[in-house]
Amino acid sequence: MAVVRDIMAPFDLLQPSTAAEAQRLLARYGADAWVLAGGMDSFDWLKDRIKKPAVVVDLSGVTELRGIRPWNGGLEIGAMTTLAEVANHPGVQKNFSLLADAVRHVASPQIRNQATLGGNVSQDVRCWYYRAGWPCYRAAGETCFADTPVGRNREHAIFGADRCVAVHPSDSAPALIALGAQFVLRTASGERVIEAEDYFVGPNREITRINLLQPGDLLASIRIPSDFAGARFYFEKVRDRNVWDFPLLNVASAMRVSGGVIQSVRLAVNAAAPTPLRLRRVEAAVAGKPPDASTGAMAGELAVQGAVPLQFNAFKIPLMRNLVKRAIGGVEKAVWA
Amino acid sequence: MVQLKLTINGFGREVLVQAHETLLFTLRERLALTGTKPGCEQGACGSCTVLLDGRPVLACLTASVRCGGKDIVTIEGVEQNGELHPVQRQLVAKGAIQCGYCTPGIVMTALAFLRENRRPGENDIRAALAGNVCRCTGYAKIVEAVRAAAEEMAR
Ligand SMILES: Cc1cc2nc3c(=O)[nH]c(=O)nc-3n(C[C@@H](O)[C@@H](O)[C@H](O)COP(=O)(O)OP(=O)(O)OC[C@H]3O[C@@H](n4cnc5c(N)ncnc54)[C@H](O)[C@@H]3O)c2cc1C
Ligand code: FES
Ligand code: FES
Repeated sequence: MAVVRDIMAPFDLLQPSTAAEAQRLLARYGADAWVLAGGMDSFDWLKDRIKKPAVVVDLSGVTELRGIRPWNGGLEIGAMTTLAEVANHPGVQKNFSLLADAVRHVASPQIRNQATLGGNVSQDVRCWYYRAGWPCYRAAGETCFADTPVGRNREHAIFGADRCVAVHPSDSAPALIALGAQFVLRTASGERVIEAEDYFVGPNREITRINLLQPGDLLASIRIPSDFAGARFYFEKVRDRNVWDFPLLNVASAMRVSGGVIQSVRLAVNAAAPTPLRLRRVEAAVAGKPPDASTGAMAGELAVQGAVPLQFNAFKIPLMRNLVKRAIGGVEKAVWA
Repeated sequence: MVQLKLTINGFGREVLVQAHETLLFTLRERLALTGTKPGCEQGACGSCTVLLDGRPVLACLTASVRCGGKDIVTIEGVEQNGELHPVQRQLVAKGAIQCGYCTPGIVMTALAFLRENRRPGENDIRAALAGNVCRCTGYAKIVEAVRAAAEEMAR
């Protein structure tokens, strides 16, 4: 107790008003610079003094990165748009309620008033050891403190671990993957548009990174194509408390059903692996089948094939099986005996 | 140091702040507005809630330098001419305050909520207050008080 956490180490704060200026500043300071969006993840690092950037580039004055506009029948959401703005936007609610639903499950109402969508997909992992500044693999060290017989790993990965077993914590990411969103990056070599699922970088590729952004890069916006506008959606998040807590697991699906069978579907989970996982094998297996309990059960079984639990997180396997089952087969009505 | 001009509780204020300073620090340590309470200082309790341009935000996770030109309301600005706001009055009346540490944050959140929800149901109130921890009351009386305040304000 009585540890004063509120005092951050000094840094220079730069407040550009255009994206181009922000990029120039980021290019100049490179790895010494920190991008500040809503700050809900950033201040944690800065207050704990685990990260000590010399320069912080505040994007809050860059109005072009904010707001939601029509795009090709779908929507383009500026990276600096807050989660509350996303959740309350009529176009998001009408056609892409999956995303509204997902962001409403993030943190708390106050946090959603400041947290941005760009920050939500770009946030770092929440493994305690890493967040507390332990010299783990992800922090360029030589061990993983969570993956030991006594490590606290109840929240950690059942898929895709590679030395680091931390999971990706974003609630919006699986919804964006299910909607087939595209991320618009501004890099030194110009604009780059990538599929949502390709934004995330796992430890097998580069252990000290979480996404494709290099120092100097910006995430400018997220585009949601019209493909699944008004489709059948499912989002569910399981967490220890109904507020604040990060997902132990979440699932998002978008599907088109016609003639009683699944015409097209996209399905993703998060907090199962170091990156959000798109479940392509399951998508392929359920296509052309009715979205009912038996297809759901098959989907659930398939989804967890190959899962590797750690000491304390085996519960995530049946959890994921059930979430996927519901996301594909729907939720049975509760029967009260 | 950065010279900031902002409106706090209806008054224009000028204050020198550091770039790496939170609004929580500026309010309490520079402006002596200690009604806004530091709890966890990491976004997970809501005791530091203030209104920034009308929306409840966490002062502990807000950079002061971003508040230039903005309108801030803290618990000190809620009573009018010595008269408590209905939310405050009802929290007292319903016994929804024990140690009182969470109360300023609860009041700020409830205020913004009631401005937009004139006849809220219990579930709406619970959802709106979900970001404010109270370690004493068990919440039932807080919810009751907010509902009573809504009724009082609708009269
Ligand atoms: C108590 C608490 C509970 C939380 N619970 C949840 C939860 O349940 N679910 C969940 O998903 N999240 C949760 N979060 C994490 C929360 O920080 C994110 O949800 C939030 O959306 C981050 O957005 P931000 O704008 O505040 O990001 P910031 O903190 O400003 O940025 C996050 C990271 O992304 C980078 N970044 C941000 N925007 C850009 C951009 N445009 N270009 C390049 N880089 C960028 C920053 O440099 C930083 O590294 C919680 C946070 C707290 C404090
Ligand atoms: S002190 Fe700000 S949320 Fe707890
Ligand atoms: S009254 Fe003590 S924390 Fe709420």
